[in-house]
Amino acid sequence: MTKRYWNAYQKEIAEDHYFYERSCIRQTFFPGSEAAFLRIMREELHKDIKDEANQHTCTGIGYHSDIVPLETTMTVVARLFSLMQEDGYTNYVPSCVTSFGIFSEMIDIWEHQPEMLEKTRENLYKATGREFAIPSNLAHPSDIIYKFREELKKNMKYQLVNRFTGKPLRVVEHVGCHYAKIFPERGIGNAEFPYVLAGMIESWGGEVVDYPERRHCCGFGFRHYLLQENRGYSIANSKKKFESMEPYEPDFIVCNCPGCTMFMDKWQYTIAEMENKTYDKEGYGIPVLTYEEMAGLLLGYDPWELGLQIHQVQAENLMNKIGIKYNPDEKYRGVNGKILPKPERPSVLKQ
Amino acid sequence: MKKIAIIGAGPAGIEAASILASHDCEVQLFEKSADTLSNITDKAFLFPDFSSAQELANKLNSQLLNDKIKVILNTEIVDIKKDNDDFKIIDRDGKTYVADKVLITTGYNVFDAHRKEELGYGIYKGVITSLDMERMIRHKQITNSIGEEPEKVVFLQCVGSRDEKSGNHYCSKVCCVTAVKQAIEVRKQLPKAQIYVFYMDLRMWGQGFEELYREAQEKYDIRFVRGRISEASATFDSRVQIKSEDTLIGQPLKMTTDLLVLMVGMEPSKGTRTLAENCGIAGPYKFIASEGPHTNDNNTATEGIFVAGTAKRPMSIRDTLTDATAAALEMLK
Repeated sequence: MTKRYWNAYQKEIAEDHYFYERSCIRQTFFPGSEAAFLRIMREELHKDIKDEANQHTCTGIGYHSDIVPLETTMTVVARLFSLMQEDGYTNYVPSCVTSFGIFSEMIDIWEHQPEMLEKTRENLYKATGREFAIPSNLAHPSDIIYKFREELKKNMKYQLVNRFTGKPLRVVEHVGCHYAKIFPERGIGNAEFPYVLAGMIESWGGEVVDYPERRHCCGFGFRHYLLQENRGYSIANSKKKFESMEPYEPDFIVCNCPGCTMFMDKWQYTIAEMENKTYDKEGYGIPVLTYEEMAGLLLGYDPWELGLQIHQVQAENLMNKIGIKYNPDEKYRGVNGKILPKPERPSVLKQ
Repeated sequence: MKKIAIIGAGPAGIEAASILASHDCEVQLFEKSADTLSNITDKAFLFPDFSSAQELANKLNSQLLNDKIKVILNTEIVDIKKDNDDFKIIDRDGKTYVADKVLITTGYNVFDAHRKEELGYGIYKGVITSLDMERMIRHKQITNSIGEEPEKVVFLQCVGSRDEKSGNHYCSKVCCVTAVKQAIEVRKQLPKAQIYVFYMDLRMWGQGFEELYREAQEKYDIRFVRGRISEASATFDSRVQIKSEDTLIGQPLKMTTDLLVLMVGMEPSKGTRTLAENCGIAGPYKFIASEGPHTNDNNTATEGIFVAGTAKRPMSIRDTLTDATAAALEMLK
């Protein structure tokens, strides 16, 4: 058997008592994912996790766009850590991969430059009168789901198996750059073959698609998208990935980063409109899920509570393949029980 | 009569044993494997003259036909201890041998290419090492991952050498010319194939090397690209896609090939690392440190323990044999 070196790249992940920090953009684009994570932690794994009401941005998008200076980011990060300390927690769990990268980077700077840590303590105290402690454990939520993937499997109603053929579903996994490319040793499986999502897929019955552009950028790339003039670079990168994965006929894509999930989902619509092209045989596109959505579906959670109707590429075909039961009449029911108007259908991408 | 222990029956060990025996020394030559010269017999032809590796091995082995040389195979030496005027040589099973002086010639292993995960060795069948290619050349069976004759073959230099990620900052010295030699061999066996060599810079330091490099371009149509390959991955039709940058034209480059040959560098062998550590004579990268960079290059910090060949740094077979001669003469002083 081939020795897989990346199996050696494991990290310490706390067992319990987590402080959860939500993402700025995930709550807009995949509003059910964070709720699903908290439900999984509390109802399936019976863990203690704090969802702090006074949390705020980590500055990640502003920081990586050179809008927010380093010292400001450090102070903002310090305030988030002070909330964790105030709530009596030491295990920090940021929902967003970019936040995970930001926290990893700030902690690393503080470890190497103690004078920066002291300056941050001073800035935070002057600005807010608060003090903070560095977390004893920093893990991304996908790390935690990976850690407990076998426990979760026991509660799952479905597997990643095509019920018509009995074969494993073919899954493209895409791990966010800021998960392991900044600090490879802090990601499960390191940067070249990150195993955090692949481990979930394999444990839950699926098959990971190893396609040539597997490690290529999803197309977000911050400036590539944030500057309108650069958006051609963004969509060109996504297109390159879709073309590379197309021959393998993947059943769906799963990501652990908000940027990747959004761009690989939304650009399929744009490419379909621009070039009349979809990357599946039937014209529906390739569904793109967050790992919480993937876990939630297999656990039997209502797909509309998970927020799958918010995605650009719809997941009914995938759910049919797995055998997941859902009520199509409930798809657009709002939280107040009122049925919302159906969104306009795209001209090319079928729904 | 001096009693000499030589640890490692590669070219350095055999050459030194032969010289010392001819000067009336009694030599015990230890080898951990079942046979001698494994780092020569795993090759087909030698640079720069394409002479047969097996013929050289036969010639070296014939030097062992001497009553004063006792070859002790399947014996892994793990420690050497000073005992009054003698040395105790201790093997893996705890058995002890006695000698007046010791020469360490435990040599090298090639870099384990699995450690460069981004290049896909052990993951994609179309990615092989220079050692695998040597076997293919020897058996005249150069095939791609599905057993067909390759249309394109790409060699990549400096895998595990001059490399920050693997921690080996040194140059392995022999890979550049080995790639040129192998590329020419591939051309001889596959006249229609496209053959590329990706390099950082080509270090043609030895006599005849530069001429061979020129011949590879002019006579054998080998194409040299200055750039490192950042990643390899399998394509849908079981070929290998590589990404690089052609740094001479400053352009990114993507190419699909049937075979990607990783030119793996030299690292200290397990035996070298063990003795370097246990005897307290480890140098950079756990090769064995010689006493001085200019003089006393065959002495170690422990008087009576000597070193020769690739146990102390990467070198070619020719340099290894010369170094072994020097070590033998030093031991006779």
